[in-house]
Amino acid sequence: MSDLAYTRYELLRALRNKRFFFFSLGFPLILYFLTAGPNQGEDDLQGTGLSAPLYFMVSMASWGTMTAMLSTGARIAGERQVGWNRQLRISPLSAFAYLRAKVAIAYLMALLTLTVMYVSGTILGVSLPAEDWAEMTGLILIALIPFAAAGIFVGHTVTIESVGPAIGGGTAVLALVSGTWFPVTSGVLHDVGQALPSYWLVQAGRVPLGGEAWSATGWLVVAAWSVVMIGLAARAYRGDTGRA
Amino acid sequence: MESSITATTGIRLAGLVKTFRTPNGPVEAVRGVDIAIEPGETVALLGPNGAGKSTTIDMLLGLAEPDAGTVSLFGGAPRDAIAAGRVGAMLQTGALLRDLTVCELIAMMASLYPEPLGVDDVLELTGLAPTAQQRTEKLSGGQAQRVRFACALVANPDLLVLDEPTVAMDVEGRHAFWATMRDFARRGTTIVFATHYLEEADDFADRAVLMAHGRVVADGPTTEIKARVGSRTIRATLPEAGGDDALRALPGVASVDRRGAAITLRCSDSDAAIRALLSRFPAARDIEISGAGLEEAFLELTAA
Repeated sequence: MSDLAYTRYELLRALRNKRFFFFSLGFPLILYFLTAGPNQGEDDLQGTGLSAPLYFMVSMASWGTMTAMLSTGARIAGERQVGWNRQLRISPLSAFAYLRAKVAIAYLMALLTLTVMYVSGTILGVSLPAEDWAEMTGLILIALIPFAAAGIFVGHTVTIESVGPAIGGGTAVLALVSGTWFPVTSGVLHDVGQALPSYWLVQAGRVPLGGEAWSATGWLVVAAWSVVMIGLAARAYRGDTGRA
Repeated sequence: MESSITATTGIRLAGLVKTFRTPNGPVEAVRGVDIAIEPGETVALLGPNGAGKSTTIDMLLGLAEPDAGTVSLFGGAPRDAIAAGRVGAMLQTGALLRDLTVCELIAMMASLYPEPLGVDDVLELTGLAPTAQQRTEKLSGGQAQRVRFACALVANPDLLVLDEPTVAMDVEGRHAFWATMRDFARRGTTIVFATHYLEEADDFADRAVLMAHGRVVADGPTTEIKARVGSRTIRATLPEAGGDDALRALPGVASVDRRGAAITLRCSDSDAAIRALLSRFPAARDIEISGAGLEEAFLELTAA
């Protein structure tokens, strides 16, 4: 019995899933070149102090990684639909090992998306010192914690029929208020956005400006959402033993 | 290991009750079920749809929490037996995990258990060796069912639970399935399976537990159960006209129905009836003897 064997097979399944590559990798990539490409020379995008290629690299990466994390939900909903979660529950696979596999796959997929976006950014002229790349990546991975839990929550709550619209619609709204399509620096959208972890995902792009990319509010918002979503995910997972 | 001590205690279901809330009011799926199963026994849980078999199995496996009563597997809670890898089960669902080959899926299941069987052995045993490299989403219904069976077997369990394992299988598949099961039962595995086919219980189980309306209505050796649900039917072609009274007078015959040359005798003792029929009516041919359908048997048992 190898504890990591389950994760390995889950990874194999995830890599064979073509939809993932389209939605989580392909979409942000295409939109990045569509948004940042024509504005390649823009050095200060709408007063953010960031170049367009850098800003959109992080904003599209936010959207793609957010989708990658939430797509755990689609995978789980698919497994539930065929009753596979019940099959796993009557195996010795522990809840910890199951959830660890789901989160590990989500993060691997997010890292894949992130890498593709960073490479694209470099192509459009983004050039940063190594420590900035590292800090930015660190902040993004932290801000993805609530989304990792949300994926598990969604997967164990929503049916396979509605999981697509739920994730697609959810990420679209989050992307809008969080500044994925254009910087949101003031007004109601800004106020709402600040209370969401996806906003702080995009704000990770401020690392090259020096100083703190996240204010205390940012850390607090990400921490609060992490606690709430992990709680909801645990509850949904525990309660989900019935027949589909 | 402590399992060698607790293994002797088998399976105990005591006073199980489960009610589901539905939009049309509560449904009492299981209303007080007591079953004790000794290690190595093969027990059929027999009953029509809605009898409470699947709900009982869900509680046995810890997938549903009983409203009242207790479940003990090998002296402990279901989750302990499951965590120790002592339970393998084939649940009543139609599909498999996709994006894996048959071989990979079974290997994945094997990786979850402490002492699994060899993946190749299981592929061989279940007749899946030729389809081992196929993706699970491309299998026929019968093949998928066999893969689910393989997933339960590869656990090398002390207790094998099968919820209507042959549903959606054709006659040939059903035959092959029970042949495999018979081989497997020789290992001394405790086997509990739900079915609504009396023949399956009769052919394969040592003991049948009959359920109806959420209760156990009979529990005993399959031969005994069959005797209790008793009546058999003899069908034959009898060219001689008339003689209905003589037929009715045969020992063991309860009623006679004639349509042209085709006669149907409902019997309380078909052995006596067939002997008498052949000696009194040597021209009788195309003889068929069949047991009562399970539905009829249930009506009989639950009407009492």
